[in-house]
Amino acid sequence: MVPYYLLSPGGLFLLLFFLIPLALMVYLSLKSGGLLSGGFSFSWEFSNYSSALGQYRPQFLRSLTYSVIVTIAALLLAYPMTYWIAFYAKRKSTWLLLILLPFFVSFVIRTIQWKFILGDNGPIIGPLKNLGLLSDDFRVLATPFAVVAGITYNYLPFTALPLYVALERIDKSLIEAAKDLYSSRWESFYKVVWPLSLPGVFAAFLLTFVPATGDYVNSSLLGGPGTTMIGNIIQEKFLVELDYPEAAALSVILMIVMLVLASVYARILGTEDVERAAGAQA
Amino acid sequence: MSIATPAQVTLPKRSEAPVNEPRKRWTRFILPTYTVLMILYLASPIFVMILYGLNDIPGDRQTPKFWGFTLDWWKNVFNIQGLPEAFKNSLIIAPVSAAIATVVGALFGLALGRYRFRGIGIIGFVIFLAIAVPEIVLGSSLLSMFVTVNAPLGMGTILVSHIGFSIAFVAVTVRARVQGLDRNLEDAAQDLFATPIAAFFKVTLPLIAPAILAGFLLAFVLSLDDFVITNFVAGQTNTFPLWVFGAQRIGIPPQVNVMGTLLFAAGIVAAIANVVASRRRK
Repeated sequence: MVPYYLLSPGGLFLLLFFLIPLALMVYLSLKSGGLLSGGFSFSWEFSNYSSALGQYRPQFLRSLTYSVIVTIAALLLAYPMTYWIAFYAKRKSTWLLLILLPFFVSFVIRTIQWKFILGDNGPIIGPLKNLGLLSDDFRVLATPFAVVAGITYNYLPFTALPLYVALERIDKSLIEAAKDLYSSRWESFYKVVWPLSLPGVFAAFLLTFVPATGDYVNSSLLGGPGTTMIGNIIQEKFLVELDYPEAAALSVILMIVMLVLASVYARILGTEDVERAAGAQA
Repeated sequence: MSIATPAQVTLPKRSEAPVNEPRKRWTRFILPTYTVLMILYLASPIFVMILYGLNDIPGDRQTPKFWGFTLDWWKNVFNIQGLPEAFKNSLIIAPVSAAIATVVGALFGLALGRYRFRGIGIIGFVIFLAIAVPEIVLGSSLLSMFVTVNAPLGMGTILVSHIGFSIAFVAVTVRARVQGLDRNLEDAAQDLFATPIAAFFKVTLPLIAPAILAGFLLAFVLSLDDFVITNFVAGQTNTFPLWVFGAQRIGIPPQVNVMGTLLFAAGIVAAIANVVASRRRK
């Protein structure tokens, strides 16, 4: 009985503030009515989904496109760095700490600094314009590039930590073995290290791709009218328009994508890597 | 697959440096240089934040031009409307939610790490989902619940939401430590006539204390930093990240940079304390 006693307070919290809310969001997404016309009532209103998907298809597609680019960019940026730390660096934990230190500062503050750095007359673009290297109407802010770059920056630790967890676990003597068997440096990488690091790549994908798809802070701070993502719509509908059923439907769609990816991932690779990466932040 | 007889094997020529000898070529500098550049890139918004918190601007919003150094913003860090209240709210919510999440999450991690029981697989999967879930899904589902039960939004809803999302992170941090523990130590204590409870408090608890501290710090930072979930459940209440997000619409007040710098410094101190504490216990 002891484990159940230990689990009960946390279990109660997770039930009340994680599982039940998710269920209630599904319930809310099937309601119809309006705040002004007497409130919402439950009516199996599946049309909320079809109308949401129909109306916001461009935002959905844009979010998925951005998120794919972000995930690939973050993997390409983080892999060489985590590979070097895991295989060659002395004082691995210090290097890891140096990577994570900037993320002690609030996500909002960091993103605002990027807005400032990338600004039309900011410290980078301003001088280049003054020198005549860029035309006066050149801008980075409000372009898809700024949004993708911002999301990539903000989610890089979620890519780097699971990669590191996987790379660090690889038995280093395997590389020596590969060398003894006359494989070149490159061969020992792509025949030994790369396949063994794939679980980390998938964990990084899971922890980067889904949150990046739902992100709206980067798009609202760094983007413009042409970069609206599905997260912007969800937060707008929930907090400004108070159109709860349709907002909930959009969020449920994201939740289902997450559940499917997470279940497939956990089935094949288990949950340990992701949890170790989460703990490695501490 | 056939086994190659020695006659069939043709040895490729060895053109590379002998095995196990570090490479002397310049290419060995590529990865460490890249890592340092990445760290500078990750830290660049932090440098900008610190520098522009010292900018002697004529107005009260951050400008791209650097006018010279001043400590005015440091002296008047709270002399700005709304910021002190928002910061005070954050400083109430972060320690309270982290403390509760640490107690509840540590018990949860302890149960998962040292007992086998019915349902452990499902409970482990729920913890995994709680880590992998995108913030926007969690935030909007919590709001869905609060709307459904007509809960007044404010400090209370922020607090329970923060506790809810921190528990999983504390639990996996503590569980990892518990799993690495030598069960024989506790058995030895009981052989020496310690009651199970005394053995827990005198042997197990001191050994998992670093993980509990790390879990607390992680929960504290997650709470202090959180924008997305808080934005959904806060109602009219402001926290530090919410206030900053609102304030940036008309430009960034330099005090935000000062506050960010202070939080960053506190984060560094906590990280170093954490590293020192975990080294000492090993």
